[in-house]
Amino acid sequence: MIFAKNLFNTMQVSKICQLLDAKIICGEEHAQANIERGYSSDLMSDVLTLDTDHLLLITGMCNLQTIRTSEMADIRFIVFVRNKKVTDEMLELARENNLCLLESPFTLFKASGILYQAGLKPVY
Amino acid sequence: MKLEFNIEGGNFSRAGHASSEVKKMLKQLGIDARCIKSIVIALYEGEVNVVAHAYEGRILVQMEPHKITTEIMDKGPGIPDIELAMQEGYSTASKEVREMGFGAGMGLANMKKNTDELTIESTVGQGTTVKMVNYF
Repeated sequence: MIFAKNLFNTMQVSKICQLLDAKIICGEEHAQANIERGYSSDLMSDVLTLDTDHLLLITGMCNLQTIRTSEMADIRFIVFVRNKKVTDEMLELARENNLCLLESPFTLFKASGILYQAGLKPVY
Repeated sequence: MKLEFNIEGGNFSRAGHASSEVKKMLKQLGIDARCIKSIVIALYEGEVNVVAHAYEGRILVQMEPHKITTEIMDKGPGIPDIELAMQEGYSTASKEVREMGFGAGMGLANMKKNTDELTIESTVGQGTTVKMVNYF
């Protein structure tokens, strides 16, 4: 699955896992997908205002509404930071919507900084 | 084609269920993805508002060729000043709602951004009705 228009300046999900010491919790089949942009926020109200599709959401907001928000905003990839653990209810909804969820022990600041430095583009 | 959903005030685990069903239906109809996103984001914002502020609500969705009308009606405290509520950043959301990642005062403004027509009618102490129309 390729979510970027061109493969230059994109980052594979597997590379993101490596950089963030992250595990894929669901959607392992998307490990080779390429992502162009990232957006870091704990505020779902802000995520819902984005016009960019198919980005990586980096968040510490770990609840069912994070999955719902991503479903509505056409976001297919989420990294939960600060060691937040995905619940069974979240997993079920994520699988239903073919989302790829990652868990990282890093802070939102550290995860965002590492991905930005490695070339993942911001939304704005 | 008409669809109807009930919304339970305060039940965040169900918030978004109606928007999700509408999204699936619009996908099946083969409507443009960007248009679907606008419709369901506006509807989801409205659904979350009912869960966050009202006691109960109802969503009516009416599909016509090239037009979708969604109405969200709730029984709740109502909005005393709609103009003020439309301003980005204005919010009366509870701590619990903010802890869920909402209540930043962006909802109504985002609904306006994502719809072609938005009408809000509210009676304090009784409830609010939001009507949204999208053309595609």
